[in-house]
Amino acid sequence: MHSIYKRTTAALAMSVALAVPAYAELTGELRIFLDTSNPAPRATMEAMIDRFAAEHPGLEIETTVIDREAYKTQIRNFLTADTPDVATWYAANRMKPYVEAGLFEDVSDLWAEPEIAENLASTKGAMTIDGKQWGVPYTYYQWGVYYRKDIFDELGLSEPTTWEEELANCQKIVDSGRACYTIGTKFLWTAGGWFDYLNMRTNGFDFHNQLANGEISWEDDRVKQTFANWKQLIDMGAFIDNHQTYSWQEALPFMVNGEAAAYLMGNFAVAPLREAGLSDDQLDFYQFVAINPDVELAEDAPTDTFHIPANASNKEAAREFLRFVVSADEQTEINNGSNLGQLPVNAKSSVDNDKFLQQGFNMLSSNSPGGVAQFWDRDAPAEMAKVSMEGFQEFMVKPDNADRILAKLERARQRIYDN
Amino acid sequence: MFPKPIEKQPRAAQITYQAMLPIALLLWLGPLLAVALFSVKPAADFTNANYWGLPSSFEGAVNYGQVFFNSDMPRYLLNSFLITIPTVIGAVALSCMTGFALGIYKFRSNLWIFFLFVAGNFVPFQILMVPVRDLTLELGLYNTKTGLVLFHIAFQTGFCTLFMRNFIRALPFELIEAARVEGISEVRIFWYVVLPLMKPAIAALSVLIFTFIWNDYFWAVVLTQGAESQPVTAGITSFNAQFRAAYQLMSAGSIVAALPPVAMFFLMQKHFIAGLTLGAVK
Amino acid sequence: MSAVDVPEQESWFHRNQQRIAPWLFLAPGLLFFMVYVIIPVFQSFNLSLYEWDGLGAAEYVGFRNYEDLYWEWVDRDAFYTSLKNNLIWLILYLAAIPAGLFIALFLNQTVAGIRLYKSLFFFPFVISQVVVGLVFTWFYDPTFGLLNEFLSFFGLGPLNVLGDERFVTYGIIVAGLWPQTAYCMILYLTGLNAVDPEQIEAGRLDGAKGWRMLWHIILPQLRPATFIAFVVTIIGALRSFDLISIMTQGGPFGSSRVLAYYMFEVALSEYGFRMGYGAAIAVILFLIMLCFIAYFLWSMYREERGH
Repeated sequence: MHSIYKRTTAALAMSVALAVPAYAELTGELRIFLDTSNPAPRATMEAMIDRFAAEHPGLEIETTVIDREAYKTQIRNFLTADTPDVATWYAANRMKPYVEAGLFEDVSDLWAEPEIAENLASTKGAMTIDGKQWGVPYTYYQWGVYYRKDIFDELGLSEPTTWEEELANCQKIVDSGRACYTIGTKFLWTAGGWFDYLNMRTNGFDFHNQLANGEISWEDDRVKQTFANWKQLIDMGAFIDNHQTYSWQEALPFMVNGEAAAYLMGNFAVAPLREAGLSDDQLDFYQFVAINPDVELAEDAPTDTFHIPANASNKEAAREFLRFVVSADEQTEINNGSNLGQLPVNAKSSVDNDKFLQQGFNMLSSNSPGGVAQFWDRDAPAEMAKVSMEGFQEFMVKPDNADRILAKLERARQRIYDN
Repeated sequence: MFPKPIEKQPRAAQITYQAMLPIALLLWLGPLLAVALFSVKPAADFTNANYWGLPSSFEGAVNYGQVFFNSDMPRYLLNSFLITIPTVIGAVALSCMTGFALGIYKFRSNLWIFFLFVAGNFVPFQILMVPVRDLTLELGLYNTKTGLVLFHIAFQTGFCTLFMRNFIRALPFELIEAARVEGISEVRIFWYVVLPLMKPAIAALSVLIFTFIWNDYFWAVVLTQGAESQPVTAGITSFNAQFRAAYQLMSAGSIVAALPPVAMFFLMQKHFIAGLTLGAVK
Repeated sequence: MSAVDVPEQESWFHRNQQRIAPWLFLAPGLLFFMVYVIIPVFQSFNLSLYEWDGLGAAEYVGFRNYEDLYWEWVDRDAFYTSLKNNLIWLILYLAAIPAGLFIALFLNQTVAGIRLYKSLFFFPFVISQVVVGLVFTWFYDPTFGLLNEFLSFFGLGPLNVLGDERFVTYGIIVAGLWPQTAYCMILYLTGLNAVDPEQIEAGRLDGAKGWRMLWHIILPQLRPATFIAFVVTIIGALRSFDLISIMTQGGPFGSSRVLAYYMFEVALSEYGFRMGYGAAIAVILFLIMLCFIAYFLWSMYREERGH
């Protein structure tokens, strides 16, 4: 999916130039690359860019929307040749290769401005590498358990909060002939979500970061405990069969058909579940249960971001665009239920009234004392993410191979972080 | 003829054979027929788990309509043509010349150059991947149809040269000698004497290269991205991502993507098989 | 150009034209082929001695990439799996040759409509591997695939071929054999057409039939077809990328990788940033192929000498 639309606002520029007294107006061309290729996010972003353009009539803005999957490999090319002025990407380690290669602009100056420093403080960590900031966030979303309330009601279950309740619930669901959870691990990262939650609930947020940074052995007893907890669920038949052959979308029908009762997923799963016919009476959300009472609850909340490539030609306008994107009003607007349907990054923005967004926002702001992680494949370096998620997938199919898998990951760790 | 002609065998054997033919064909094409069946089913059949029964209603027009009017598929198809046709022309033109040079002239490095083309033709793509990608990036042709076409022409020249050179070798050399005696220049010999005789080889190669290039997936993935330059083999994966779990649409899309080389094959069957089996008989 | 120069130039060109002409004809094709095929092979050899993420500067690391591959082999990691699967591909893919011969013998008749049958049997070869991959993915699908429908008919299954590390490679190979068998079939059909009928008659008079006839009289005459079938099947086996990419992406947990796919994965996929390492894998694949290339060229060389 690729579209280019040009805004020629020369006529508008003329009229505004007459009305507005002379202060440094932005001029030239601003090229924006987006990976928001799904229809709703795409329309949202294009509308936002239109509003920005109206404020800066001297700018000629060119927007290019690229398929989300293709974007992930294409970014390497356009950061070096034919570079745009602004590009979307992801936070944390996912941006590290480009930061280290000097392809992203240091925007610490923006983060020093009080408007951003005060209102975006919560996401500053995810944008920081080597003590500098390399972009701004524009949206984030919670992860958690989306479940079929009608099935829970039918079986007389309530939302669990402890591991024991979780296991007891799951046992009842399995006894009723269903799987507790649907999941599709063909593209691996969904298994990364399960690992994150089990690991953060067993060992905590700091442990998650240390593991992602290669500071802890994969054969450490604490990692083994995470896998032992996971194995409890696998052994009782909590997950659907053959998940290794499905993508996350292909796993949705199991929940829609009632063959599985819940899905550990990001909030983006709500839209397709609603589309497939589940009403808000049938669908509900709960925070992943506590496992180890000694660790504080921590959540995954992946952040999507805007960056200025180091080779950009109109950095002044690009900075202004970044300021615009994170402003309180724009954040409220683009993240509302009829647009992205996600959470705003600006503390002064308001969250949409959607029940899942409200629950997610409350969870992240008041019930995640341990911290907020990005996601396993954004916190760990690319190579480690790949090999470890492959291990998670294998473990979910062959839980008895745990020791062999962990030994393999440990070998990978020693090689990857050594380089 | 081997095996023994069936008409010389007992009547029972003849009937068995006649009956086995369609059954064998049905089994052989089974997976493909399944996809064809999928492509005319309504979406409801899949949600109702009616995968293999008859379609509850015939929705071929709707499904194929979606593919043609509501997706990037026409764009991908057009790209495929815009990549395939120039490649065919380029590769055939270049290899007519290289084949002529290697087939007609005797010079010391002749056989070595010929073997260079043959060997290059067998090389695994992966060893070319990174350098070719870098080269294409440097030329500013990354994610353009031109970039893909240039590489395809170069690579196919290997196979085409092998083909053309062997074909020209089999032509009557006396014709060329006679022309030389008459003082006709080499270029004119190529153009007026040899080229007309190469028509069958050109036809066979064109059909063959068309199919190879149309069906290329690897280089499409490595050198292009996005609907403005990707051919249909790579585009179908984006198409499927867009219509995930809509099996009726994915099936219709696959059939549309597969159709042009199939049509080419049926229209030009004689040339196609002649090209494919060159060298299979002495 | 003045009128005086022309005849002189022409005569020089004329005298030497048989020496110059081949090079003029070769130049464009050879140039293209050098730039896009021959030189990149050497560039890849060179690149395999570097560590490079495709973004910044490349760092010379000597043979470390190969050392890493060696350890992957020792530890039975991805490289070991890929190499092992490549071997399985090489061996099992050859089944296309007897299978193609079998179908060719079956179809080598002159009953009504046989031409259409031949075309339809050849059909799978014309279809893109991407589509073949999709078709077989659905064929193997654990919930609705035709294979499981078929197995359950006999009270067997269900089998998740592409989700089971024991079966996945074989499942993909079967998908690949489908078009490849069609290819071999057409080679043999053409070959059978050219079999000398007198020799068959002579054989019949000697009392040879069935297997003996096939083995002693027909197969020797099909040698050129068999040679080409062998060449194209080996190349097909070592190039197996499309099907794996479409059907499994190397999964589940990396168990269906082959070198061609693994190379792409480490160098260009979503999490892959190791161009040098990928180049090292490609070099290994190239060296394996080189054994076969050398054999092909040697056969061709002998034949050329025989002319």
